[in-house]
Amino acid sequence: MSLEWYLVLSALLFAVGAAGVLLRRSPLVILLCLELMLNAGNLSLLAFSRSLGNEDGQVFALIVMVVAACEVVVGLGLIVAMYRRRLPLNVDELRTLRG
Amino acid sequence: MEEVAFFAGAIGALGGAIAVIALRNPFYSVLALVVHLVALAGLFLLLHAEFIAAAQVVVYAGAVMVLYVFVAAYVGGVEEPIWEPIAGQRFLAPLLAGALFIELSIAILGTGLKAIGGDGPTIPEGFGSPASIGELMLERFLIAFEAASLLLLVAAVGAVVLAARRKQEPPIVVGDADPGGPGREAEEAPGVVS
Amino acid sequence: MSPTDFGWLILFFPLAGSIAIALGWRVLPGRTAGWLGTAAIAASFACSIGAFVSLLDRPTEDRQLTARLYDYATSVGLDIDVGILVDPLAVVMCLIVTGVSMLIHLYSVAYLGSDRGYARFFSYLNFFVFSMLLLVLAGNFVLLVVGWAFVGFASYALISFWYRRGTATAAGMKAFVINVVGDVGLVLAAFLIFRELGTFQYLDVFDAVDEHFTVNDGTLVAICLLLLVGAFAKSAQLPLHTWLPDAMEGPTPVSALIHAATMVTAGVYLIARMFPLFELAPTAADIAAFTGLATLLVAASIALVVTDLKRIIAYSTMSQIGYMVVGVSIGAYTAGIFHLMTHAFFKALLFMAAGSVIAAMANRQDIDRMSGFRRALPFTSLLLIIGALALAGFPGTSGFFSKDEILVFAAERGGMYWIFTIGGYFGAFLTAFYAFRIGFRVVAGDPCEEARELEQGHLVHAEPENPATGETEDTDVGYPGPEHHIAERELPMRIAMAVLGFLALFAGVIQIPGVTAGLEHFLEGTFEEAPLFGIHPSDSSAYLGLLVGGLIAIAGISLAYYCYVARPGVTARLRQRLPRVHDFLADKWYFDELIDALVYRPVIGAGRFANDVVERVVVQGIVGGATGAVRELGLLVRGAQSGFIRAYALLVLGGFAALALYFLVVSS
Repeated sequence: MSLEWYLVLSALLFAVGAAGVLLRRSPLVILLCLELMLNAGNLSLLAFSRSLGNEDGQVFALIVMVVAACEVVVGLGLIVAMYRRRLPLNVDELRTLRG
Repeated sequence: MEEVAFFAGAIGALGGAIAVIALRNPFYSVLALVVHLVALAGLFLLLHAEFIAAAQVVVYAGAVMVLYVFVAAYVGGVEEPIWEPIAGQRFLAPLLAGALFIELSIAILGTGLKAIGGDGPTIPEGFGSPASIGELMLERFLIAFEAASLLLLVAAVGAVVLAARRKQEPPIVVGDADPGGPGREAEEAPGVVS
Repeated sequence: MSPTDFGWLILFFPLAGSIAIALGWRVLPGRTAGWLGTAAIAASFACSIGAFVSLLDRPTEDRQLTARLYDYATSVGLDIDVGILVDPLAVVMCLIVTGVSMLIHLYSVAYLGSDRGYARFFSYLNFFVFSMLLLVLAGNFVLLVVGWAFVGFASYALISFWYRRGTATAAGMKAFVINVVGDVGLVLAAFLIFRELGTFQYLDVFDAVDEHFTVNDGTLVAICLLLLVGAFAKSAQLPLHTWLPDAMEGPTPVSALIHAATMVTAGVYLIARMFPLFELAPTAADIAAFTGLATLLVAASIALVVTDLKRIIAYSTMSQIGYMVVGVSIGAYTAGIFHLMTHAFFKALLFMAAGSVIAAMANRQDIDRMSGFRRALPFTSLLLIIGALALAGFPGTSGFFSKDEILVFAAERGGMYWIFTIGGYFGAFLTAFYAFRIGFRVVAGDPCEEARELEQGHLVHAEPENPATGETEDTDVGYPGPEHHIAERELPMRIAMAVLGFLALFAGVIQIPGVTAGLEHFLEGTFEEAPLFGIHPSDSSAYLGLLVGGLIAIAGISLAYYCYVARPGVTARLRQRLPRVHDFLADKWYFDELIDALVYRPVIGAGRFANDVVERVVVQGIVGGATGAVRELGLLVRGAQSGFIRAYALLVLGGFAALALYFLVVSS
């Protein structure tokens, strides 16, 4: 398959993830959608890596996975902390940062 | 043959993604993401990124998703209200996402880069194998490698700190009021092992 | 020391005195502030004498000296410095100002002894003397305007000295506003002079005037008329005279110093000083002379009917300054300055005596209630009569010689100028009449109640009240003090009045026609280049003039005797038969009403219009509109800060999509 297919798929997955971030209210699900976007990015990285014959892209994707893992860890820690403090797990309810 | 595999993987990934955002129960969303990740791993294999595919399955779908499962189980389901407080969000979000997709597609498909249209060069044996990735990581990208480990350490410490149980955790009233000050009674969070 | 050194010292002492008293008023015990002020002026007087003597050492042609303290602005064609001009005219004015001020300070030490604002009075009075001397000694137009403005301020501060009296503060504001009108004229004249001649220095201007202008050149006449606006405002000539009677709200020493002897003569000094300009613009000089004549007659007519003692003397001042203005406008510089000098003596004396009488009357000033003080206040009555004699121009007194010298000069110039002689003699008749209206009313006749009390040795006390409106006051700071001081009981007052009485009687000897010409010789240093200065009436016409003047004075005094001593009641019956004439005169020829209608109401109307239309609609509209628009915009933008994370994320995505669209469009 030529590169375009993978790139278009990656763009589609990215758009789906973005829509999910905007539409869902639970922080957990928002984090999941963020994972979607990150993986879409990974896919395009690997596609380019294949088309250039260069493994640098794959290392890059690996590091992205590491970052995603860290981000998940912290995000889930936040969610647990929120749950413990009886905060509603709804990003619309947490809006004290307003002008 | 390759096309079949590609479309299988693509449909799996896309289906999983749409399921993530569409399913109401967050637990189901987590599971849908697992499906998505596995499908992506298949696509990675098609791109001759064997090590990455393995890492995806083992680390991402294996460890990270398990973490998600734990937290989803702990937190439980959230009843998301039907009513949308932000005006226009329900309408604009898919619209803008779609617009983004279309723009990116136009950019990709209409680009003057010739390489996009091709399959890519013939790649050597061992492309994407653990050995070559390992070589790259420890030689060219050593610093990135070390920095990533440091990042993992920091994230782990941070998570522990964030989720640590305090002696007294005063419940916080949400909304426009200030958080309660000292002097309010603290309650034990239910289900916490002391 | 050179004359200019003396000049700087003359300026220094009153300023130092004013500042010292102002800074140290809390620590100065009792009457020290008064003695300090008097000493400062006495030092200044001594320096004036020094300047006079050192000028006499020099030849006549070389008596105009300038000195500069520091440069104020010297660039772009400007040459303004703080510099003085010491010449005979300035020295004569300094002697008069410092001499009479010294005596008035002495008088005030006792007269205001119980006033709570004692130190403030002397600080203001010293500052006034400094300002007047600055005006007189200024060597360029800028410093003249500075001195002019300071004098206006000092007048305001002293008129509203009893600041808790509404009438006093209103009078102070009236005086100040009219003075500012004069200031504007003076400043415009200075601008025009600078534009035409390129310099502000007096001597340079006077040298350049002949070459630059032709006779009656339009610009020169304009300059002179603007100078006249300034002079008339300061000297209370028509039509800018309405402030002077109201200025009698100030304490009597203030009236004596500022509104008789010194400040109001600044206009006369100005015209005399600017003689090169006026001689080259005879139109303006004639306008000045006719205005002086008109003022002379109008003021004398009003003085016949008003009943407030100080106001009669105020109108007399206005009238006599009319004489001086006529004098210096038609070229009788010596005579005008001579009359200025003698007038300072006898008018200050009259005010001092009036102050003593008013004190005896428990601060009431209505002449209809006064009579027969000759036994109760012998010293005051004697000096009052001396002052009245000098004012009337009784033969032998100083006023006799000075007033008639002006009128004789006018006759000598001939032609149209006979009007001044005839008008002047008629005015002299009226002057003699009202001078002894005061004299006989206060001194002669049966003692009034206050006089009888005083003969027993008991000074009448009454409830403190405003003499004009009758409202009650107290005696705290801002109002007159509780005690009243009469000359018979205070030595400083007697000394001051005695000196002035002596001068009023005998100062005429320096300028007796055909015998002495002391003042004229001294003033040659300033005026020798003036063509009109060279006109000398012959001795015989001078003697004829003196004879006519003396007869008129005696006639006026006799008529006053008839009306007020021999047949009291004549004037009351006259008043009943001519009520409208009386009211016209008593209402000051309706000048106040005229100014109210012509100036005050239109300005207030314009102000109201400006407020209602321009301010409220246009300015507030624009400003308010601008702020309202900004506020609305802010509210609009504020809507984006909702606190919803998803809304922010939407905006991020939207922005990103727009950016991508832009790049797509651009690259296609």
